[in-house]
Amino acid sequence: MQALVIAAHGSHLNPDASDPTYAHADTVRETGAFDEVREAFWKEEPHFREVIRTLESDEVFVVPLFISEGYFTEQVIPRELRLEEWDPEKWDSDGTSASQVTLEAEDVGKTIHYCGPVGTHDAMTDVIVQRAESVTEDPDVGDGVGLAVVGHGTERNENSAKAIEYHTERIRETDRFDEAKALFMDEEPEVDDVTDYFESEDIVVVPLFIADGYHTQEDIPEDMGLTEDYRLGWDVPSDVDGHRIWYAGAVGTEGLMADVILERAADAGADIGDAVESVREAVSLETGADPEPSAEPGD
Amino acid sequence: MTAPPASVAALLEAVDDDGAVAVDGLRVGRAADGYALETPDEEWTGLAADDLADALEPLSDYVTNWRYWERSVGGEGTARRAFLRWCERAPLELEEAGDEETAAHPSVDDPLSVPERYDALRDGLDREWGQLCLTARLVDDADDDPAGERVYDLWHVDDADGDLADLEVYDDPRDAREIATYDEDGRYRPLKTAPTLPSGWAFTGLSGEELVETVEFFYPATVANWHRELRGTLDVDHWTETAERQTGIYDVLDELPREGVEWMAEACCVDSQCLRRREWEFDEDDALDVDGGDGPFPCREPCSLVVAAARKWTILESEQERTYELELTASEYNQLAELIDAVAEGRTDEIREADVNDGANRYRARYLRAKRFDEEGNLEARRIDDRD
Ligand code: SF4
Repeated sequence: MQALVIAAHGSHLNPDASDPTYAHADTVRETGAFDEVREAFWKEEPHFREVIRTLESDEVFVVPLFISEGYFTEQVIPRELRLEEWDPEKWDSDGTSASQVTLEAEDVGKTIHYCGPVGTHDAMTDVIVQRAESVTEDPDVGDGVGLAVVGHGTERNENSAKAIEYHTERIRETDRFDEAKALFMDEEPEVDDVTDYFESEDIVVVPLFIADGYHTQEDIPEDMGLTEDYRLGWDVPSDVDGHRIWYAGAVGTEGLMADVILERAADAGADIGDAVESVREAVSLETGADPEPSAEPGD
Repeated sequence: MTAPPASVAALLEAVDDDGAVAVDGLRVGRAADGYALETPDEEWTGLAADDLADALEPLSDYVTNWRYWERSVGGEGTARRAFLRWCERAPLELEEAGDEETAAHPSVDDPLSVPERYDALRDGLDREWGQLCLTARLVDDADDDPAGERVYDLWHVDDADGDLADLEVYDDPRDAREIATYDEDGRYRPLKTAPTLPSGWAFTGLSGEELVETVEFFYPATVANWHRELRGTLDVDHWTETAERQTGIYDVLDELPREGVEWMAEACCVDSQCLRRREWEFDEDDALDVDGGDGPFPCREPCSLVVAAARKWTILESEQERTYELELTASEYNQLAELIDAVAEGRTDEIREADVNDGANRYRARYLRAKRFDEEGNLEARRIDDRD
């Protein structure tokens, strides 16, 4: 038997923080690729501490639903899962290349395949592009359009910016968009000045965050000048300084994220059959049927 | 009732494959002189295959009980199986634990025999798990399901005697996540074991696996830790271990004074706030004075909510005490105590608008603020010591 654990942050204050985790877990459940699928959280239940013992499977794939390597993926999750043999060196990563390491969880005697975070997987690049497609409702979006990938910025974790730059570079290499830029909330180049960095009239802005919340629904829209007050909402697209800004909200809510989770587990040796294909199919049907971008604040 | 031929055939096959089967007082084995069959009431030996089949036929409950547990549920030694057995008061099969230890556990009643269980299951056998009421029953319609199959219903204990027609009915375990997210007033419940689960819903006709999944969405990890506790293998992390393990912004936790930990346990971990029974102490041989409560689920270490709150208290406890002087009438002084008590008990919503006898009445509180707060909105007081 094999189990998948999706390890996410969660929140004591905001019930929506765990929505993407539940949604992606359900998508994976429906593929039937794993005998058990479990959500686990730092701030909600089941907590990282307790999750492994709720599983019957001996092989457990843990995929952190985090954007970058850093404090949570290198310290908190392995410690709380009781992966005694863990050492960040085992990932042998330059900050964006962690794949997986196989360890034992001490309290349960199960084999844990501890995977790198979803945010740094190559498949994440596709999710960002998919996000641009869904927000513009244009499956061929790119020509004449600039893409801004937005991250938090340093704040105690240099890898946070690396993940943003990594995907931006990969998107740039495809030449699909006229321009591709990495922007940040807390460091240069800042998302506040998004229009300064683009010549294209249309700019798609995709924040590389797992869940919609304070930053993606309040801070960033106000900083970019999409709205005076986030509570009033904003249009997609919105006109700012002669540009049309297509603001996408957190990329982590995109249906295709389930695909990245599966890819992470597959890279770590999980037998997932044709689950990736079925997710891709389901997601493209979904976007076909319901093209409404979720840009309303506070939902 | 006679045992369904398919179940008898499956049982015979299992005996031939494994040499013997034994579950809940039914034993069937193969020996040199033929088959042996045993129930708590009767015994046969030296049976030929046909005779065995004949002998099993009137033992319908035993045969279908075997089929349900060995074929539908399986999972020997798992928490899931133990929980489902607990649901119908079957013996719990906990090999590691002494029987006495298990029997003494508050969740465990005297086990029922197979015929007793079948009688009860026909009417529906009820169990409580926190604020959940679980009912195990035999499937009504034997055409659709193998004989002896159980299904489970689940609702709020407050709705247990109500009419199903008044409840919102679900059959997908995942719906429990949404129900457990908000309380009756639509407020977010970050602690799943807070005794604030809303009522008004029901899950019906769940399989055993679905029941456990649903319960786990309501009360994550409670089944696993209950099972460990029953087996005597619950691993408790006490306060000091948990505090010392923390890093980042929670690194300060081990500086919370011991009495602060007591106050915290009294604030958060008592029955009125949490259905978990606190098993963690200050340290392994240093118990807290506050009682751990009678909650049905063991709490094996401070939860994330308590850890987050403890950080705040650690910071607050690092402040020095000072003496303030403020003008209050005796009634106003008492009113402050009433206000704190009303907030701590979550009672403010219940205080009627016009009940000005209650010190925590909103108008009383607003009057006190109007009278005793200065222009900046602060309580007027003088600090009279200069200790620093
Ligand atoms: S630490 Fe206290 S509040 Fe938290 S789950 Fe345990 S008993 Fe409940």
